[in-house]
Amino acid sequence: MPQAPRPRLRLLEDERWLALVLLVPTMVLLGMFIAYPFVRGILLSVTNSRVGVPGEFVGLANFYKIFNDGIFRTSVYNTFVYTGVTTVFKLSLGLWLAMLLNRNFRGKAFTRAFILLPFIIPTVLSTFAWKWMFDPTFSVLNWLLYHFGLITGRINWLGDPDLAMISIIIVNIWRGVPFFAISLLAGLQTISPELNEAAAIDGARPWQRFWHITWPLLLPVTMVVVLFSVIQTFADFQIVYVMTGGGPANATHLFATYAYQIGIGTGLLSEGAAISLAMFPILFLVVIIQLLYIRRVEVR
Amino acid sequence: MGQVVLKGINKFYDSVHAVVDVNLQIRDKEFVVFVGPSGCGKTTTLRMIAGLEAISSGDISIDGNVVNDLAPMDRDIAMVFQNYALYPHMSVYDNMAFGLKMRKFEKAEIDKRVREAADILGIGDYLKRKPRQLSGGQRQRVALGRAIVRHPRVFLFDEPLSNLDAKLRVQMRVELKKLHLRLGTTAIYVTHDQVEAMTLGDRVVVMKDGLVQQVGEPLELYNQPANKFVAGFIGSPAMNFANVTVTEANGSLLAENSGLRIKLPDETAQRLRGHVGREVTLGVRPEDLTVAGAADADRPCFDAVIEVVEQLGSEILLDMKVGDGVMVASIEPTVRVKVRDKLRLAMRPSRLHVFDAKTETAI
Amino acid sequence: MIEGAIWRKWVFFYAPMGLFLLFLLFPFYWMVITSVRPDGELYRPWNAINYNPFWTWKPTLDHVRYLFEETLFASWLWNTMFIALMSTAISLVCGVFAGYALSRLNFPFAGSLGTGIFITYLVPQTLLFIPLAEIVRNYRLGDTPWSLILTYPTFLIPFCTWLMMGYFKAVPKELEECARIDGASRWQAMLYIIIPVAIPGILSAGIFAFTLSWNEFIYALVFLSSPEQKTVPVGVTSELIRGDVFFWGPLMAGALLGSIPVAIAYSFFVEHYVAGLTGSVKG
Repeated sequence: MPQAPRPRLRLLEDERWLALVLLVPTMVLLGMFIAYPFVRGILLSVTNSRVGVPGEFVGLANFYKIFNDGIFRTSVYNTFVYTGVTTVFKLSLGLWLAMLLNRNFRGKAFTRAFILLPFIIPTVLSTFAWKWMFDPTFSVLNWLLYHFGLITGRINWLGDPDLAMISIIIVNIWRGVPFFAISLLAGLQTISPELNEAAAIDGARPWQRFWHITWPLLLPVTMVVVLFSVIQTFADFQIVYVMTGGGPANATHLFATYAYQIGIGTGLLSEGAAISLAMFPILFLVVIIQLLYIRRVEVR
Repeated sequence: MGQVVLKGINKFYDSVHAVVDVNLQIRDKEFVVFVGPSGCGKTTTLRMIAGLEAISSGDISIDGNVVNDLAPMDRDIAMVFQNYALYPHMSVYDNMAFGLKMRKFEKAEIDKRVREAADILGIGDYLKRKPRQLSGGQRQRVALGRAIVRHPRVFLFDEPLSNLDAKLRVQMRVELKKLHLRLGTTAIYVTHDQVEAMTLGDRVVVMKDGLVQQVGEPLELYNQPANKFVAGFIGSPAMNFANVTVTEANGSLLAENSGLRIKLPDETAQRLRGHVGREVTLGVRPEDLTVAGAADADRPCFDAVIEVVEQLGSEILLDMKVGDGVMVASIEPTVRVKVRDKLRLAMRPSRLHVFDAKTETAI
Repeated sequence: MIEGAIWRKWVFFYAPMGLFLLFLLFPFYWMVITSVRPDGELYRPWNAINYNPFWTWKPTLDHVRYLFEETLFASWLWNTMFIALMSTAISLVCGVFAGYALSRLNFPFAGSLGTGIFITYLVPQTLLFIPLAEIVRNYRLGDTPWSLILTYPTFLIPFCTWLMMGYFKAVPKELEECARIDGASRWQAMLYIIIPVAIPGILSAGIFAFTLSWNEFIYALVFLSSPEQKTVPVGVTSELIRGDVFFWGPLMAGALLGSIPVAIAYSFFVEHYVAGLTGSVKG
């Protein structure tokens, strides 16, 4: 029974055609809603368009304007502080928690499932719980501190610029620790316990074992987790939007919340687009570092 | 029918010439084994026949039709993989039925064929199980079953036995042979194990570095290896080689090196007439060496010092020092020898092989 | 290993673990207790006498009732569910296809396409929301669920693709080759063999994508304007606050009820979720 090839049906037998067909939906969606908006964003940022007004070309005027804007500078400063401080805390607490979870104890799976809750539950909704806990008049934290005798008067958590910043940092740490802990736990589980046992037999103290064995072996995972978290934190919006709305007196704005306030709140579309896009160079740098790092790991 | 013809097949991977100009005619019902060390191009050749790998140049035809551009699904072949490649989410039954379903066979026909194959292979009791619930040997049978239900024109085997333990491998080897005798389907089998090649193949193709070294029936390869590589590859333990210089004395030819000085038997001498004064490689299989007795005076003999004695029960393997070189001999289990013994060994004169020292082809 | 004295275990394990659990879970307790506490108890200053903020003896469902009777909370729930399911489905289809192509097929520019998708994986929503708002309006998608169903895949597809590439790479190549020899086309081999084998990966990607779209906020905030179109996070934010007045009871009840669907989905697939999470950060 000799068989002649049937070309019509066989087009997808060619890897290149099949790949094209499989990739088209993704390419179309990402092109329409990532690449195109990106170009539009750049075009928008060099015009003076507002809501309902097309606007005309103004060059780099928007960028010039925002770099001379005191609130924008504060937002940049805040974003770096926010990202830096939370990352340090998330990493150290996350690693600690991961090491606790890496032991064997009763109810381990259960505990692990519950620990992830802050990461699962919609951020805006859980942030409201925090806002309520930080409420100036009804704060349960003040109640606690007062009853432990630590304070005598109330603390106006979200009313003071520094305290407000500390508050949003706490919420971000709260939300981020589970992600760090679970990711690092996965990393820890790939480290053979025999290594630590061998080191223990060689006379290494627990701290030395951590420093000379666990930490270096965990470093690749740690790097990736940190970089992911840095990007997410740097571009964060929800926590600040709910907790302070950028206040008091615009003291807690980040890139994203300030861009929202200018672009959507006051309708200065092009200026808002310029503020968001100002994040891009920094994010780009982070992504490049990440890619180079991954490549280096792959080469090894 | 199942006649496969390879005509001038080449395969390039970037700059690597993986398969070099392979020409071969495989007859219907024949069992052909490709054998060679890893990276010799045997698996690539098989994958080109299967259609999993594009051909760089040349033609492959099955039953007279060139199949170069046919997708694997259209070639009417079946293949058994080294890791079995059983579909883990399907039961044994569904694994075997998959190929028939893809070809739109009737349900009743599928059922008939699957049960028939299961009977032949003795896996009737496992039809409802998933592959992960089976042992290695059982998985192997399912993989075979999946191939035979299809009644394809050609079976392709890619090292199907190498994931089994030694004992099971021998058993499955016999079963494979029986299966082939029963079904009579053309089979192309790839292995790196020369024992499998010798026992299974009607003909064996020895490959190295992408080149076919020799094609022949198993005994032909064993008795008349075309070159030093085939000689060393076929047979276990491997053939002993010694580089010797051919000299002439008193009208007869001698082969000499640091530890050897033997008179070449007439038949060999005939072939080496033209090589006097030159270097050649002498080859003799361990099983063609015997402990020299009084009757062996006219045979080529040499002295050796025993370094290791390996008792195998059915034979004794001796690792010996001969001059600067080493040799292995397989001798009768009744002989009493021990390490550091000096021993005089005789070669069976008709079993001497000689190869050109440079080109390594048989003289 | 041998742990040593009991007190060590308390100091180095139980105590820190307890504190972590307290820190991580207290806000949820606070959410629950607030949402069933009557208004009269709720608005008592923190320094009022005899005030116990951690318990109530008069639990009430008033806030929940308010939510469903006075607000469009039910519609928000439905909207969020619909949008999350649709965008997850679209992203799964795209991600599975793209992941398959990138991990198992040879074609020109495969490497650079993979890198491109990886980079979009790292593009945060807050970078593009302003031009995207304009585009959504131009496509006449503004204030419809489709504005989100079509834009959420932009951050879900890269993730799904990335995760599925990892799963597909782990499936032996021979499985597919065997299927193709058995008479399946490449397409059929993918559909009948490779995709079923990668179902755990698809579940992981799906549950992760679902939680991410349930969680999304800024696109929903910007693209949707009429109250009946909103998702739970946006609805709760914009409709339960009047000026400076926060309706804390309904707010917390809304937060709690809005979290329950994700929590349930999560609880069914904890292992898959964790696999997705850890797979997403594997380089």
